[in-house]
Amino acid sequence: MSANEQTESHKFQIVREPIEVTDVVNKVIHPHAGAVNTFIGTVRELTGGRRTVRLEYEAYEPMALKQFRRIEGEITEKWPQARVAITHRIGLLEISDTAVVIAVSTPHRAEAFEASRYAIERLKEIVPIWKKEFWEDGQAWIGDQKETVRYPQGRPEGLSHD
Amino acid sequence: MIKVLLFAGLKEQLQTDVLHIEVNRYEGGLTLKQLKQQLQQDYPEISEALSQAMFAVNEQFAADDTLLRSNDQVAVIPPVSGG
Repeated sequence: MSANEQTESHKFQIVREPIEVTDVVNKVIHPHAGAVNTFIGTVRELTGGRRTVRLEYEAYEPMALKQFRRIEGEITEKWPQARVAITHRIGLLEISDTAVVIAVSTPHRAEAFEASRYAIERLKEIVPIWKKEFWEDGQAWIGDQKETVRYPQGRPEGLSHD
Repeated sequence: MIKVLLFAGLKEQLQTDVLHIEVNRYEGGLTLKQLKQQLQQDYPEISEALSQAMFAVNEQFAADDTLLRSNDQVAVIPPVSGG
């Protein structure tokens, strides 16, 4: 593996330790970039009025990493000069802990905002990572952000088979 | 033999993260759809969850008519909630 390939694969990570935001951002810094957009997803205490005390994330790691690369591919198709790095933390997380950091760089700011938004929305659709919410009075694996999602097509919308 | 990987709630319900299915037992092969039906028969307690799940074969989302081969790694992917 060349040094360049190592850097490339390093752009997408699943970790069990706290995420260093700067490390993720540094992976997309480039002389052609004029804008870097960073999305930080943190553990929220209240969801639908219910108090979460902590979260547990689990991933199907090898596939999740492939899906991160797929998102990168979709982004560079739309915004060819974009650079993307994603790190997701798994395991037990407390309130306000950082669960995910996405950094996107582009030559100009508009695409950086758009591509960053695109990355987190796709992550929530196609990356095999699950969260379990622990409340004061119980716990449950969350099916999706609305807790109602079903896949009538057998897969998320807009997702073709390889 | 094919491996069926389980995650999240399914893993907890069945108290295992992997099931083994002998694919050679099925004359004419086994499709993903047939595997799903077999699992629903064998584990009625997760039948509903299986019908809502997606399936991946060898780390790629796969369609129901995918023909499974020995040593394939199938993953049951319930609706995801990362981020």
